[in-house]
Amino acid sequence: MEEIVLETQNLTVYYDGRPAIEGISMKIPRRRITAIIGPSGCGKSTLLRCFNRMNDLIPSARVTGRVLFEGLDLYGPDVDVVEVRRRIGMVFQKPNPFPKSIYENVAFGPRIQGIRDRRKLDEIVERCLRAAALWDEVKDKLHQNALTLSGGQQQRLCIARALATEPEVLLMDEPASALDPIATMKIEDLMRELAREYTIVIVTHNMQQAARVSDYTAFMLAGEDRVGRLIEFGPTQQIFTRPRDRRTEDYITGRFG
Amino acid sequence: MGLTARSAVEISKARLQRGMAARWREWGELAVQALLFFAAMVSVFTTIGIVAVLLVEALPFFQQVSLKEFLLDPQWTPLFAQKHFGIMPLVAGTFLTSAVALALAMPVGMLSAVYLSEYASPRVRAVLKPALELLAGVPTVVYGYFALLTVTPLLKRIIPDLETFNALSAGLTMGVMIIPLISSLSEDALYAVPSSLREAAYALGATRLEVAVRVVIPAALSGIAASFILAASRAVGETMIVAIAAGQRPTLTLDPRRAIETMTAYIVQVSLGDTPHGTLEFRTIFAVGLVLFLITLVLNLIAMRIIERYREVYR
Amino acid sequence: MGHRQRRELLGKLFEGIALAATVFGLLVLAFLLLDVARRGLGVLSWSFLTSYPSRFPEQAGIRSALLGTIWVMALTALFAVPLGVAAAIYLEEYAPRNRLTRLIELNINNLAGVPSIIYGLLGLELFVRALRLERSILAGALTLSLLVLPILITASREALRAVPMSLREAAFALGATRWQVIRHQVLPVAFPGILTGMILALSRAIGETAPLITIGALTFVAFDPRGPLDKFTVLPIQIFNWVSRPQAGFHARAAGAILVLLAVLLSMNGLAIYLRYRLQRRYQW
Repeated sequence: MEEIVLETQNLTVYYDGRPAIEGISMKIPRRRITAIIGPSGCGKSTLLRCFNRMNDLIPSARVTGRVLFEGLDLYGPDVDVVEVRRRIGMVFQKPNPFPKSIYENVAFGPRIQGIRDRRKLDEIVERCLRAAALWDEVKDKLHQNALTLSGGQQQRLCIARALATEPEVLLMDEPASALDPIATMKIEDLMRELAREYTIVIVTHNMQQAARVSDYTAFMLAGEDRVGRLIEFGPTQQIFTRPRDRRTEDYITGRFG
Repeated sequence: MGLTARSAVEISKARLQRGMAARWREWGELAVQALLFFAAMVSVFTTIGIVAVLLVEALPFFQQVSLKEFLLDPQWTPLFAQKHFGIMPLVAGTFLTSAVALALAMPVGMLSAVYLSEYASPRVRAVLKPALELLAGVPTVVYGYFALLTVTPLLKRIIPDLETFNALSAGLTMGVMIIPLISSLSEDALYAVPSSLREAAYALGATRLEVAVRVVIPAALSGIAASFILAASRAVGETMIVAIAAGQRPTLTLDPRRAIETMTAYIVQVSLGDTPHGTLEFRTIFAVGLVLFLITLVLNLIAMRIIERYREVYR
Repeated sequence: MGHRQRRELLGKLFEGIALAATVFGLLVLAFLLLDVARRGLGVLSWSFLTSYPSRFPEQAGIRSALLGTIWVMALTALFAVPLGVAAAIYLEEYAPRNRLTRLIELNINNLAGVPSIIYGLLGLELFVRALRLERSILAGALTLSLLVLPILITASREALRAVPMSLREAAFALGATRWQVIRHQVLPVAFPGILTGMILALSRAIGETAPLITIGALTFVAFDPRGPLDKFTVLPIQIFNWVSRPQAGFHARAAGAILVLLAVLLSMNGLAIYLRYRLQRRYQW
């Protein structure tokens, strides 16, 4: 039986009083890649953003239910949201490096934690850039502006940046959708590498990517009421070859997009 | 990496809960937010301050001078031996100079707005529009110099019985200054009219002029009206041009060739003099200030309501 | 002439008039500048910049006015910029969408339209009398700070709003607190816009005359102000003083002072444009 690191229990998110996702209960296994798939608008990103409390930033959002990380309810009282976000990192759909140097991008996380020692920062920067398979490409231009990098390189930089706070979980919201096929492949290879140390949860609208890369898959769908629900969750193999729900099967076989 | 250093789940849990470091951090954040909030509240305090200051000094004034005399006496002579405290001449002076200014700025500003919005190419517009803004950036004391030392002598040649200090020169110069106010805001209003309206009119065979006058202007009317009101408010509040060129003689007249005194120029006059603080004569500047504040407040509020309403129409 | 042709002709005529109206103001401005130059260029000299005003036009200079202006501008910037930027940060990054926020925004909009002389009355009662600062540079600077605050706040808000949300999100996701996000990521990117707003506000302040007269700035100063509590005069007031004299010699001096004032304004705005260009290249996204 897999060890569970993240779990949602009857999770519902309301925007301005209207539910966007409802009653989501799922378990994310440790050091595996879990993909969340489904048609656009079904609430995948909303769900993902619950794991690191990024929905807090939206004033009209309200969350009910529980999100457990190592058994502790992230939405419980007395939880330090800053520490949550350090332990559960996020990479966004469109690469968003800071308009600063490559070095400063990766160093930002540790810096705001109070790490000032230059040598320690150097070491963290190199370690994370290596882990993101970017070190060799940028080691001679660490102080160049991050925006001079290509799209794929920027995204790997964002991954390195997220790794710098030593998270346990990496949330990835369609990390390759804005990239060309070669850059996408590099990101997918990187994900498999990273899954040896980190738990990865990835949202993707690309079914083939989910099938290629993930160990477990969650399928979400929004009904006519436009509320997203979890339809099925299971090992990727099983979801794509023997889905238990009719709707999953329809989606997999492309009967609707 | 991460996990091996912190393998005990209990330690992990404890760190996630708000410990000392987190509490310090949160207090710090709260302190910053409070400071920023107070900075934002300064604007509210300023408004309260203005109202308070005006009332604190104007109320004792009105205890000695009846509201009836203030509003109805046709003479304003607080600094003379025979004291009259009727504000009408000052209001008339302000009205006269503002009316002259608007008589110049409204047509010129409107024509500019129509030209920039309906005729000018984007390149011409990109040059002329900021160029017009330059007019608004010139310090008013420079305009005052211009009004007294250049415009007045020029006008005297055309209008021989023009007094040296007069409402006309000051008003016309003020008008030039407020052209960009009208042209810029009106142009925004005209520009915001959807092109589908114009295209429909063109398709019916209208010329550019007809489209502009019959279709676009009526559609942008509220934005244009707002610009007029804001320009009027600006003219009413203007000080240096009128203090330099319009005169310091409160006169109840509608003849722009004569010297007058505006509310703003009166306040300057007293400030430059040596009327002691705390006297009835000195308090007059606050009574006048109160009237000035109220007039511009009403004008500004009306303009703001109009702008809010027409922004919604084109949401 | 047919009906169609008549309408076309009318249209062309109108276009000409409209164009004339558009350049009318610019022509007047050009005329004004030429007039000032004509009267004032001959007056400009080193001694003009370094002499005090005098009863004799030939000896009158703008030394005290120039120093006063520099003092007042420096102090105004010192007070207004932190206050304005702080208020803008609160309104853009922290303020909830409730009635208090609406009230603050309404106040700022309204204050932008209050005549400057009313600020003078406020400054007179509050700074000169209640806080006992007398007719000092400090009182003048505080008054002008309140005057230009709405401009600063509006410009700074726009600069902050232009920073893309994705930047903030990235920083939050790394575990930054709201202030850390603002201080390390948002402000550096918004800085060029804020700087431009600051120069805009100071450009407005440098030409203000009425509020300073009301708080008691002098019109004849024959000494160098040495501290913020000293009495003072500023360039626009000196111009006002000289314009109001009957002698043509003083009118020429006024024109010269106007040239200096316009030159300062021009360089400030030129600096703003240059700085904006340089800084934006650094933070391009």
